[in-house]
Amino acid sequence: MDLIFEGIYKAFYLLFTLDPEVMGVTLLSLQISGTATLISLLVGISVGTTVALAEFPGRKFVVSLINTGMGLPPVVVGLFVTIFLWRNGPLGFLGILYTPAAMILAQAVIATPIVMGITLAAIQALPKNLRLQILALGATRFQMVWILVKEAKLPLLPGVMAGFGGVISEVGASIMVGGNIKGYSRVLTTATVMETSRGNFDIAIALGIILLLLAFFINLILTHIQQRERPR
Amino acid sequence: MKMIKSRKIFCLGILALLTTLLMMGNPVQAQQKNIILATTTSTQDSGLLDVLIPMFEKKTGFFVKTIAVGSGQAMAMGQKGEADVLLVHSPAAEKKFVAEGFGVNRRIIMHNDFIVVGPGEDPAKIKGIKSTPDVFKKIAAAGALFLSRADKSGTHTKEMGIWKAAGITPGGQKWYQETGLGMGQTLNVASEKKGYTLADRGTYLALKKNLSLDILAEGDAILLNVYHVLEINPAKFPKVNVAGGKAFADFMVSKEAQDVIKTFGVEKFGSPLFFPDAGKKEEDLGK
Repeated sequence: MDLIFEGIYKAFYLLFTLDPEVMGVTLLSLQISGTATLISLLVGISVGTTVALAEFPGRKFVVSLINTGMGLPPVVVGLFVTIFLWRNGPLGFLGILYTPAAMILAQAVIATPIVMGITLAAIQALPKNLRLQILALGATRFQMVWILVKEAKLPLLPGVMAGFGGVISEVGASIMVGGNIKGYSRVLTTATVMETSRGNFDIAIALGIILLLLAFFINLILTHIQQRERPR
Repeated sequence: MKMIKSRKIFCLGILALLTTLLMMGNPVQAQQKNIILATTTSTQDSGLLDVLIPMFEKKTGFFVKTIAVGSGQAMAMGQKGEADVLLVHSPAAEKKFVAEGFGVNRRIIMHNDFIVVGPGEDPAKIKGIKSTPDVFKKIAAAGALFLSRADKSGTHTKEMGIWKAAGITPGGQKWYQETGLGMGQTLNVASEKKGYTLADRGTYLALKKNLSLDILAEGDAILLNVYHVLEINPAKFPKVNVAGGKAFADFMVSKEAQDVIKTFGVEKFGSPLFFPDAGKKEEDLGK
């Protein structure tokens, strides 16, 4: 039990003294997972909306694939991204293995199906007549899609939270494709794993608490937006 | 129309992805500045590389990407040309690695030693036995719990060598459990389950305060733990950063690095974690 209190004390100590290494690691976590979430929003919302509105053969199969992808195991993603990015792998020419870019790529692959699946569900949950109404009012198809996405904005927010929460807390893929390089690709989760294996449990707990605080504040902001715009 | 628009958005997404990747990646000309060092967890977990690598980077301008895995995995990376230089401790496997043409210029860096640790009450009564194969025989005969790394690391390879010398095949025995984890985690498991395990002294010292494990056997010649640096054969892998790998290997045997190794850990643990050996012969160690 003492260990946990020591860890909590250490977490606040590191936070209030603005420990440069911990700040760097925290900022990098935010940058990497934030960028990955943005990419996953771009791809996830556009593809999710398309699949939700389109009719085509094999649609159920595609939807099942997306839903399965929501539970994509990060280690498996890490393994495949590593193999693709190897110097002698198919994407080796990019030269990005063991860089933050590789971590963004892996995390985007993890978060995209989550955003896509939630988008799909949110758009499908809109009243069917809404589409007809918008079209009847003379909107182009693109305007119609845009209005639908805007209508589904609130149900989409959990997608953002789930996607971001999934990648910022993820460790398997990040350590494999990023390599946990000090001051370069070390993020909160990979640093926690390393400090644990070094026996520095207090620092590991402190990093864990910082990670929780970070996730809490991001979700607090998103929840604030969600609740403010709640239809009355 | 709808499909075209969506596709446009999709393409934009892909474009954004590629731009980000290219922006954050290393331009091709900068690649030769990067060195991928595949090494064992003990060199990183002990904190030694946190001291040596900044020194090297400052001196040479190279950027070292340390990938800390087991010696087995480090050599597997070397075998695919995915690393530029290795710092490992699995001599038999290293010799094979060089013989097969994957590695060149294998040089000795430092040593420390392995120890057999276990619960203080010592159920297999191994304390005081000098020969490590005899210690292992005693553990097997008593059927006392033994935790194995089972991850092809240098420590695991050493453990298998000792079982072989003892003439015992431990795999599948009820008292023999495989963790598949790193040294630190395996020590924690051994501590919680009151089992024996083979550990490198550095990791044990670093974790000692949280473990209820004692050193029960040490000092046997078979327990020597030698670290070598290996460069990857450029003839086999044209993409390897030859100059970088060589520069790092040269640095590791330099007086500057060897002096750091000599005193590293004295302040924190009261004794050094590694003993510098550059220029020595492996056969002469431990004498």
